[in-house]
Amino acid sequence: MKRVYAKEEICAGCRLCEVWCVVAHSKSGDIVKAFNSEFPRPLPRVMVEEAGPFSFALQCRHCMEPPCIEACMTGAMFRDGAEGPVLHDPEQCVGCWMCVMVCPYGAIARDVTIKKIASKCDLCQGEEEPSCVAHCPNEALVFEDRG
Amino acid sequence: MKYVIIGNSAAAVGCVEGIRKYDSDGEILLVSKEPYATYSRPLISYYLAGQVDARHMGYRPASFYKTHRVTTLLGSEAVGLDTKDKSVRLSDGRTVAYDKLLIATGGVPFVPPIEGSDAEGVMTFTTWDDAKRLKRLVPRLKKVVILGGGLIGIKAMEGLQAHGTDITVVELMDRILGLVLDKTATSFLERKLKEEGVHLVKETTIKKIHKDNAGRAVGVTLENGRELATDQVIIAIGVRPNIGLVKDSPVETNRGIVVDYFMRTSEADVYAAGDVAEADDILHHEPRVIPILPNAYKQGKVAGSSMTGNEIEYPGGMVMNSVEVGGIPAISAGIMNPPDDEGYEVKRLIDRKNGVYRKMVIRDNRLVGFILIGAIDRAGIYTGLIREGVNISPFKNHLTDLDFGVICFPKDLRTYKISNVYM
Amino acid sequence: MRFSYALPEFLVERDLERCIRCKVCVRQCAFEAHCYDEETDTVSVDSSKCVGCLRCVTMCPTSALIVRQNPTSFKENASWTGRAIKDIFKQAETGGVLLTGMGNDRPYPIYWDHILLNASQVTNPSIDPLREPMELKTYLGSKPDRLDIKKENGKLTLKTRLAPQLELRMPVMFSALSYGAISLNASKALASAAKEFGTYCNTGEGGLHRDLFQYADRTIVQCASGRFGVYRDYLQAGAAIEIKIGQGAKPGIGGHLPGEKVSEEVSKTRMIPVGTDALSPAPHHDIYSIEDLRQLIYALKEATRYEKPVSVKIAAVHNAAAIASGMVRAGADIIALDGLRGSTGAAPTRIRNNVGIPIELAIASVDRRLREEGIRQRASLVAAGGFRNSADVVKAIALGADAVYIGTSALVAMGCHVCQICYTGKCNWGIATQDPYLEKRLNPEIAKERLLNLLRAWEHEIKEMLGGMGINAIESLRGNRLHLRGVGLSDTDLDILGILPAGR
Ligand SMILES: Cc1cc2nc3c(=O)[nH]c(=O)nc-3n(C[C@H](O)[C@H](O)[C@H](O)COP(=O)(O)OP(=O)(O)OC[C@H]3O[C@@H](n4cnc5c(N)ncnc54)[C@H](O)[C@@H]3O)c2cc1C
Ligand code: SF4
Ligand code: SF4
Repeated sequence: MKRVYAKEEICAGCRLCEVWCVVAHSKSGDIVKAFNSEFPRPLPRVMVEEAGPFSFALQCRHCMEPPCIEACMTGAMFRDGAEGPVLHDPEQCVGCWMCVMVCPYGAIARDVTIKKIASKCDLCQGEEEPSCVAHCPNEALVFEDRG
Repeated sequence: MKYVIIGNSAAAVGCVEGIRKYDSDGEILLVSKEPYATYSRPLISYYLAGQVDARHMGYRPASFYKTHRVTTLLGSEAVGLDTKDKSVRLSDGRTVAYDKLLIATGGVPFVPPIEGSDAEGVMTFTTWDDAKRLKRLVPRLKKVVILGGGLIGIKAMEGLQAHGTDITVVELMDRILGLVLDKTATSFLERKLKEEGVHLVKETTIKKIHKDNAGRAVGVTLENGRELATDQVIIAIGVRPNIGLVKDSPVETNRGIVVDYFMRTSEADVYAAGDVAEADDILHHEPRVIPILPNAYKQGKVAGSSMTGNEIEYPGGMVMNSVEVGGIPAISAGIMNPPDDEGYEVKRLIDRKNGVYRKMVIRDNRLVGFILIGAIDRAGIYTGLIREGVNISPFKNHLTDLDFGVICFPKDLRTYKISNVYM
Repeated sequence: MRFSYALPEFLVERDLERCIRCKVCVRQCAFEAHCYDEETDTVSVDSSKCVGCLRCVTMCPTSALIVRQNPTSFKENASWTGRAIKDIFKQAETGGVLLTGMGNDRPYPIYWDHILLNASQVTNPSIDPLREPMELKTYLGSKPDRLDIKKENGKLTLKTRLAPQLELRMPVMFSALSYGAISLNASKALASAAKEFGTYCNTGEGGLHRDLFQYADRTIVQCASGRFGVYRDYLQAGAAIEIKIGQGAKPGIGGHLPGEKVSEEVSKTRMIPVGTDALSPAPHHDIYSIEDLRQLIYALKEATRYEKPVSVKIAAVHNAAAIASGMVRAGADIIALDGLRGSTGAAPTRIRNNVGIPIELAIASVDRRLREEGIRQRASLVAAGGFRNSADVVKAIALGADAVYIGTSALVAMGCHVCQICYTGKCNWGIATQDPYLEKRLNPEIAKERLLNLLRAWEHEIKEMLGGMGINAIESLRGNRLHLRGVGLSDTDLDILGILPAGR
């Protein structure tokens, strides 16, 4: 399946991917509204890791054998079809953080704005290209099928 | 091919999904004592607290059995196993034949021999029925004594806290959650519990339960001589593998049912998975019963695959837990309390002001355990490091950093990580 | 001195209603002009730190930022302009030589803007480059005085041995931008674009990084007074060798790469210790005469078995024509002239702004002198220094150049905003920097594509202009000054340029 891959060598560390992830998952889809007036504001599901001059954006890898699904005690975490992305049902989730405990990439954030729910990349379901990829000013994120 | 699964929880569901990954035709019959469609056992405390309603108790959507073409016999108990005949006897006298059998009967709560434990108002807390019963009782309960400050005891406590019940937790060790946390970690949580008005009585146990004339529990006497009044005693000192079904069969058991890397028992075509099984522990390099849901599911899935002839090895399990006490999140895994003198190295970060504690346990430059309190984000990276046995010496000094992440890995490793998919 | 009298050059304004406090500006400004206050959850700015590179403005996802010239002005004074006063303040505060980057920004006449091109009407039909072939291919190198052709058994064979030539798809090359002054990513982009397009790039005095050897057949390797990174494999790898005598931005002085820019990789490539200033002397210590130059030229030719053209680059100065004549006689196959507006990674401001002559005049006078002496064919003439568009190129060819070098245009294509702070090493666009945090901002793939697009666009435009003049090969334009006319120029200017005034 197609996944998002980061190119560390050219990640500018600007974190615009995080910004546009929030916008993509906001109610209005309008950047200024999403940040300045909407509540709740979604958490970014991609996180830029930084250390010294190095940085890259990381989001759910949509593992072949996802530890998060294995650990999820409510069935909130599931795979969409046999080959699809790993998705998350906020309605079913109780915020027990079992998934946080096992995701080897640390790709699941804890959203405690209203009720406790896990928050993770959904590859922008329905869009041709995830928002982070589409908005990376340096093309440091690519969306491709590497098997 | 006829698959029979005894049990209907995490391991059983894992097995169904494991079978269906490879075999879409074989017949699957699932037998379970509890009358419910598969539900999430850990959610029973949320149910008690009123945080989750019956509609959301499911471990899988209602359509699960249909989409996976599973025939169910819910509310039927398996009482006997004939491995020669390849059949299972049910409590109603029927027998079902199998080609491949999975035993996923989970655990049963352990009740120690305490004088008066047969009183009304003494119960355990491991099933939805337990939670339902307790929820019905709760408006009338003023004082509850919970025996055991382990995971299940603490869960029961949380469920009751939501109702404002006066709770006393009696714990034999010098701290709650003694098996999954250390003294420092629990001190964070215990202080919070005190603030919330929970009574903790440690380093003692219940000696006797007092009954009134109607046979109802009214109080307990502790080993240390203290007396506590109560209307309900909850015994939560652990679960034991539920191996009753195989007791009279040739299936080999130790503490739990002995299985190999493919979840095969000593008997042909009989598999076991979940809390009932004793499977590989990657940190102790020996089979152990590790009664947690992720292991149960994974073992079930491995068993299911094996039963179809696709032998996928169980990667082994380890102890790991995520709990939240008084709003303080805590995650721990692996070896959290290493013996002093066996070459373990421990790294700590303690920040009481911000309620943060991070402890890393290292052996031979490999991470073998950790505890995170307060700042638990990205805990899975540590779990992954333990599981993969990564040499952590290049970034050892960053392990407890709050912003520890994949970026701290050496270049080759992190490039490999981010450009490949896990497993 | 803690307190500076210098007023901020720019004013940074933030539309607070649009600011979403994403802190992109904070992270992207290497000069730390923006700053986030956690307590009040606001982003504020210190305009005095702004250098006007517009990185923040470009990156701000809500277009909440404006950077403009600080409207505060000194009392009007034709002599004591704000710039003059600020320069004095700076020197009074630091006691140092003023440094700058990029090319001369003073308002000297730009002759290109006073030269107009011809087009065919009626008598000589124009050519549509989309329908008819149009040749821009250019060969650089020494051409023979005459061709000896023999007829043997009815077959014609060329008897003259031709000197080695560079083949360009169009007469535009990337000028010397040294690795060290610019980042490896920028170097990669230039080299790979040159190779893919079919032109050449130039190492400058930065040596050839090992990652760039793959493009060496499209690289002119420089040999400058510091001899940085010059060794056998380097000379043998390049398509041509260029002896750098001078540079348009700083004629008469040597190069200076500050120690901060001498990273591990730069050190390896230049073969100098990490962190030391790379100072190349003002003259080559082995060249004090045309005869000395000849020795070096032939030493290099010997070393490379006469397989590569040798170019000599000088800054365009007053007696450029006479020097050029000597260079040709010394055996140079290519003469590179770098004009007054030539760019640099670092130069003393006073030198950059006051030394040299405009490239237009230099081309005209060098071309004329070489023709007069009958040696024009012995070397190709490459012009550099401030070529901003394809029309400048066409005019330069018509004046007599064989090809041009573009530096600033190429940098701008990659993202340079000409803020002139290259000498600080803190280029926010990842171009003129060795800072690993900043360097990554330039994606060499994107930069290469932008360079290729620029070259392709110019190629189209040059063809259009040629077609308009009724010319179908760039060869026929070279030195064809009849296609040029001057406007607003003095008789002397016209005389030097060798062109007629418009209307005549
Ligand atoms: C209150 C509580 C909280 C928990 N919280 C967590 C947590 O936060 N994280 C975590 O990892 N784990 C937690 N656990 C443990 C987790 O629930 C178990 O590890 C997991 O449910 C084990 O799954 P299993 O399939 O092996 O067996 P079980 O869940 O024990 O299920 C056994 C199944 O077998 C059936 N069965 C038993 N005997 C028979 C029989 N003879 N015939 C037919 N059917 C039979 C039962 O009806 C049931 O369906 C918690 C457990 C409890 C009780
Ligand atoms: S959330 Fe983590 S564990 Fe789950 S699929 Fe994504 S990367 Fe894998
Ligand atoms: S936090 Fe939600 S998604 Fe994660 S394991 Fe718990 S219930 Fe599943």
